[in-house]
Amino acid sequence: MYDVAIIGAGIAGCSIARELAKYRLSTVLIEKDYDVANGTTKANSAIVHAGYDAKPGSLKAKFNALGNPMFDSLCRDLDVPFKRIGSLVLAFNQEEVATLEKLKDQSIINGIPGVKLLNREEVRSIEPNVSDAAAGALYAPTGGIVGPWELAIAMAENAAENGVQVLLESPVTGIVKTQQGFRINMKGKTLEAKYIVNCAGIHADEVHDMVGEPYFRILARKGEYDVFDKSAGKLVSHVIFQCPNEKGKGVLVTPSVSGNLLIGPNAQDMDDRNDLSTTAEGLDFVRKSAAKSLKALPSGAVINNFAGLRARSDRDDFIIEESRSAEGFINVAGIESPGLTAAPAIAVHVAELLGEKIGGLVPNPDFNPHRTFTVFHELQDEEKNELVKKDSRYGRIICRCEWITEGEIIDCIKRKVGATTVDGVKRRVRPGYGRCQGGFCGPRVMEILARELGKDITEIRKDAEGSYILTGETKTVRLNDGGGSDV
Amino acid sequence: MYDFDIVVVGGGPAGLAAAIEAKNNGVDRILVIERDRELGGILQQCIHNGFGLQIFKEELTGPEYAERFILELQKKEIMYKTDTMAIHVSPDKLVTIMNAAEGISHIRAKAVILAMGCRERARGAINISGTRPAGVMTAGAAQRFVNMEGYMVGKEVVIFGSGDIGLIMARRMALEGAAVKMVVERKPYSAGLTRNIVQCLEDYDIPINYTHTIVGIKGRERLEGVVISKVDSKKRPIAGTEEFVSCDTLLLSVGLIPENELSEAAGVKLDPVTGGAVVNEAMETSVEGIFACGNVLHVHDLVDYVTLESRKAGKNAARYVKGLLEGEGTIIEIRAGSGIRYVVPHFVRLENLKDELELYMRCDDIYNDKKLIVKIDGKSVKEVYKRRLMPSEMERVKLDPKEVLRKAKGSITVEIEKEVQ
Amino acid sequence: MQKKEMICIVCPLGCQLEVAEDSRAEKGYKVDGNRCKRGTEYGIKEMSDPTRVVTSTVRLKGAYLRRLPVRSDGPVPKKLVFECMKRIAEAEVQAPVRMGDVIIENILDTGINIIASKSMQPLQPLTAISP
Repeated sequence: MYDVAIIGAGIAGCSIARELAKYRLSTVLIEKDYDVANGTTKANSAIVHAGYDAKPGSLKAKFNALGNPMFDSLCRDLDVPFKRIGSLVLAFNQEEVATLEKLKDQSIINGIPGVKLLNREEVRSIEPNVSDAAAGALYAPTGGIVGPWELAIAMAENAAENGVQVLLESPVTGIVKTQQGFRINMKGKTLEAKYIVNCAGIHADEVHDMVGEPYFRILARKGEYDVFDKSAGKLVSHVIFQCPNEKGKGVLVTPSVSGNLLIGPNAQDMDDRNDLSTTAEGLDFVRKSAAKSLKALPSGAVINNFAGLRARSDRDDFIIEESRSAEGFINVAGIESPGLTAAPAIAVHVAELLGEKIGGLVPNPDFNPHRTFTVFHELQDEEKNELVKKDSRYGRIICRCEWITEGEIIDCIKRKVGATTVDGVKRRVRPGYGRCQGGFCGPRVMEILARELGKDITEIRKDAEGSYILTGETKTVRLNDGGGSDV
Repeated sequence: MYDFDIVVVGGGPAGLAAAIEAKNNGVDRILVIERDRELGGILQQCIHNGFGLQIFKEELTGPEYAERFILELQKKEIMYKTDTMAIHVSPDKLVTIMNAAEGISHIRAKAVILAMGCRERARGAINISGTRPAGVMTAGAAQRFVNMEGYMVGKEVVIFGSGDIGLIMARRMALEGAAVKMVVERKPYSAGLTRNIVQCLEDYDIPINYTHTIVGIKGRERLEGVVISKVDSKKRPIAGTEEFVSCDTLLLSVGLIPENELSEAAGVKLDPVTGGAVVNEAMETSVEGIFACGNVLHVHDLVDYVTLESRKAGKNAARYVKGLLEGEGTIIEIRAGSGIRYVVPHFVRLENLKDELELYMRCDDIYNDKKLIVKIDGKSVKEVYKRRLMPSEMERVKLDPKEVLRKAKGSITVEIEKEVQ
Repeated sequence: MQKKEMICIVCPLGCQLEVAEDSRAEKGYKVDGNRCKRGTEYGIKEMSDPTRVVTSTVRLKGAYLRRLPVRSDGPVPKKLVFECMKRIAEAEVQAPVRMGDVIIENILDTGINIIASKSMQPLQPLTAISP
């Protein structure tokens, strides 16, 4: 019997798992997919929002304001890429300038420090590549960019290092209320827990309804993005938003922590909660909208595009509360933007909620908040040589676009909650995110995965079950095969 | 810190030929840096024949062509390091390398020859919408799996783009038992050589759909099919012509991009048309003493031309090291005129022009029965009649140095004869 | 009467040929659509006795790669290409191999050998690395 079972290992579930690891609790983190951070967390804008735009009084406003200042020490402790580069909201006419003034007032209500209005020249001087049509901007110094899946993976790993159990490929099929708590049925196994924290993202309503009376709904809203090569990564140095207007929130243009440029998203409500396909229309909209913010969009430098689904609740706010019908079942649902920013603060709040239920939490004296992660190419030459001397596999570069070594790839497979697939390796240490998109390093990564996991290379998958890459060996054309005799 | 006269970055056909030729021209301290486990570069996975007709007067496979040069390199006792990555080249020719045995080392070179080759354009760069399942990969990645590692990448294959690697892989997959359903090409003509259309597609009854593109990718975990569509004259999909083609594998052969990240770090000026360095008659880049040749300079279709071009780079790097290359003098610009996309080299320093001046170029469309005209300062000095000019086949024109030396003052232009009105 | 359309690949021109049986013609075939004499020769050869060089790989043991590239040392009749592939699929060699080594002699009684198109060194026995 676990004290707490967290269902869903996205940014919310992983944050809560790590937070609970600070206490003497037995916690299990249950994930339906082959890896953590595999839903909304792997496909979003990767922004740490300042917090001026959430509606005052909402949970979004509260946890955004609380979460944002936590990122410096959190990302330092976990060795996760985070840059507080500041954000700008561009206004293209006087009407929009007026909207910015309202947003500035809202920033005061929400308790967001340092927000100020910039005029045309001030915008130009800090962002020379922004469109000349920009009449002014709202500057928020506390806005930033982070590696969202890097953060979730780091928190899951740190939680596991501190005693949290992580169960992957374990879709929950049913939940039964018991005397002491809940029995959770998963594909092929079952476990019991006194409390459940539901962090199931776009499936949070389905998971809740397994044991409680339906009382909220989650809508999947798709957003599509383009990623540009690092050659475009320095085009802007802040997160560039557009002023919200009656047509919507506008799309953003931002550098990413990896040094690429990211544009997006559009917003499309989806019936199918599994549809992650990009569309020509969606990306066309994203490009046209993003082009408005810049003098010129470097269209030739696009190296990838992707789509993500955000989980929007029908309350138009986060839902962070005990279920109305299932005692001990805590919903953390509807965690759409600014969910990434809010997650660390939500985790603290959920620990408090559980503490009230349990009657106080006892700190775990052995909790180690630190997790180190070596990015080889960021080291000094002497440090690199020292590492290569210790382990020569750090001297062999596998991904030549992003300079990733065999040593780093092996390390990310061997860690707790380590990579088991090509995409898992890609998300942890980035081979395949560069210009060649895995053309050169893909086969080598598969070879390393097979060797380290003791599998045959044909068993190595791209991501989920069924995403096999190789279909068998060559040299299987046999003499008795028909066909093809007359070429 | 090591000291070498010439460091060659890349041990493929370009680097091998350049290193050997530099040695032949009297430079001894040469080091070739190769990131793979063996020399030979991409030739090692090109197991089909057709290499070497110009250089060896016979049809070799890629590995054979490579091995001849590797044996020559070894015979000439030229040093090389495999499994070693060049991670930086500075404008003053300090080369930083790394490998498992030594970690990071620095090499001071008198001259550097850039021969890093090219990479394939991937899915993101061509912007096909849809899902992101397994089973979509570049033709070159598939070629490595099939030919070197011995694994099949699929059973039912569609190939997007008619570049030569795509056509070669169509045949290769068919020969290993896969069903190759079609090649989809956006243009009305092939991006690959005619001979490959005949021997890789027609021989195996593989259809090629010209003026078509892929507008959708279907399948969640593994590819289940693609949606193809006809395109108009501006290569835009025509609504209503979509058709679903089931397949478990999509191989992309949609273009090659010279790999110039090291060149850029070294401050080398690039030509936006070729994606490679701007070079002079000596294959020397905008940075003195840094040379470039092969696919890192511009994408070739015949390895024989890579070898010829790289020998020139090797020879001139040797001249540079020995102080025989004239840095100053009369500079004549070489321009791509009407119908020509680019010409390499980009300019000539007349004082260095000892051998004949070879110009490599690609045209921008298909032309039949046309003259290729070389003009010096606006006056035609050479006209070559061509029955057919194709963007997929590189053209080469040789000019007599005496003629160039005598006549040139400002520029040389190559153009295709205009339509007679 | 047998008749076939084909693209000539002798030069980049790519003439659209039409080759037809014609008892009155010198070699028994009439070629149309070509713009040079080499086109006639190509058309007749493709019609009467088409051949291809076969390139493939065979299983390889004891080297760092699991496949060895091979080719036929001369052209084989086109209709035998798939049969050759099946024979090649059965072959297995052990490193070391030298470029040019005969892997399959006189394949399908064509008088043509399948030869190695690459030299392969045996894997060095692993020397223990002290931690």
